[in-house]
Amino acid sequence: MLEILITWIAAFFTLCIFSFLYKDNPIYKFAEHVFVGVSFGYGFVLQYYNVFLPNVWNRMPWEDGGSLFTLIPLILGLLMLTRIFPDIGWISRWPLAVMIGSYAGLQIIGNAQGDLIEQVRANFLPLWTDTFSETIGNWFLVFGTITTLVFFFFSKEHKGVIGHTARVGIWVLMISFGASFGYTVMARVSLLIGRLQFLLEDCLHLM
Amino acid sequence: MKREIPLAITAIFGIFMVAQLFIPHYLVQDISGRLQDWAVVIVAFAYILGVANIIKINSGVICRRGQDWEYKIVMLIALVIMMLSGILLGKDPDDSLPIFDFMYNSMYVPMQSTMFALLAFFIASAAFRAFRARTTEAILLLVTATIVMIGRVSLGEFIWERLPDITEWIMNYPNNAGKRGIKIGASLGAISIGLKVILGIEKSYLGGD
Repeated sequence: MLEILITWIAAFFTLCIFSFLYKDNPIYKFAEHVFVGVSFGYGFVLQYYNVFLPNVWNRMPWEDGGSLFTLIPLILGLLMLTRIFPDIGWISRWPLAVMIGSYAGLQIIGNAQGDLIEQVRANFLPLWTDTFSETIGNWFLVFGTITTLVFFFFSKEHKGVIGHTARVGIWVLMISFGASFGYTVMARVSLLIGRLQFLLEDCLHLM
Repeated sequence: MKREIPLAITAIFGIFMVAQLFIPHYLVQDISGRLQDWAVVIVAFAYILGVANIIKINSGVICRRGQDWEYKIVMLIALVIMMLSGILLGKDPDDSLPIFDFMYNSMYVPMQSTMFALLAFFIASAAFRAFRARTTEAILLLVTATIVMIGRVSLGEFIWERLPDITEWIMNYPNNAGKRGIKIGASLGAISIGLKVILGIEKSYLGGD
């Protein structure tokens, strides 16, 4: 019974969202607002179970293995709520600073290690391989990346050799954007097929 | 006091997070782990702030009978039911009152995927209007997108059996070349922004006053 109810409510909201294809209408607005409320509530509950319970509540001094240090993030978190009150709102900058400082430091390391160095390292590829397609592909990757970087180099005017290289960089970017666009369209179409399949198969049993 | 202390805290935490990469001592690693946990907890409290903000703004609209106030009531009811059912009654589907799970499966999942599915129509109509093969760049974009779109469905293989392989090759090589260039540039930008934040040059996150 519950399964049937879930299916029909899901079908109702699916049709509500699809109704936007006609134009913005009250049914769509209703579903949109339900979606905003439900998704924010879902995010809040996830934070409660995945962060607050394991990192704060279960580590309170009176719990087994708890510590007084747990009170610090709790106090900082509560200070964050001072933003609601305009007179003392400036105190919320302290926990905000902890958050921003930590993530700024971590993202320097993360970007340097994960993206910058790894991407440069991955670009050192053999330019002659056993298969033709791989050889051409590796040339594309090595020189395509370099030309793209030249295109984003604005400290020197794009004239002469730099100008020509930057132009090739634009072509590489256009091919890349085209591929990403095609891939995204197909991913969305696949989701659309999934929703239509749900309506026709699970809901109406027409397939 | 209002600006100096937060800037000092940002610098201390930022420098420590960078330094811990180079200091493998267990004490430094332990402290670093704790500080990261603190930051995660503060983000969770930011969620409470977000909920408070949503309730404050929307209840104001409802009280004033502002635009779409009826829908704001719907939103707040959905928010409160989802939150309370998840926290008070548990989010485990095996619970006796799985309201949270029920709302997740009947509302959140179908609406989220339908929202994304809806984009297929808008992308298609935008492409129809924007894709005009007037320049070399536009032709490259158009041809690549068409090959990838056709090559990823069975029609592509029906037209030419090598088309899926070509699509795969485009995704693996030319697509990655452009993405790699963007990623390297973006990571350099992110590192410089991180340094500016730690050094107190970028302080827009503090707001006014």
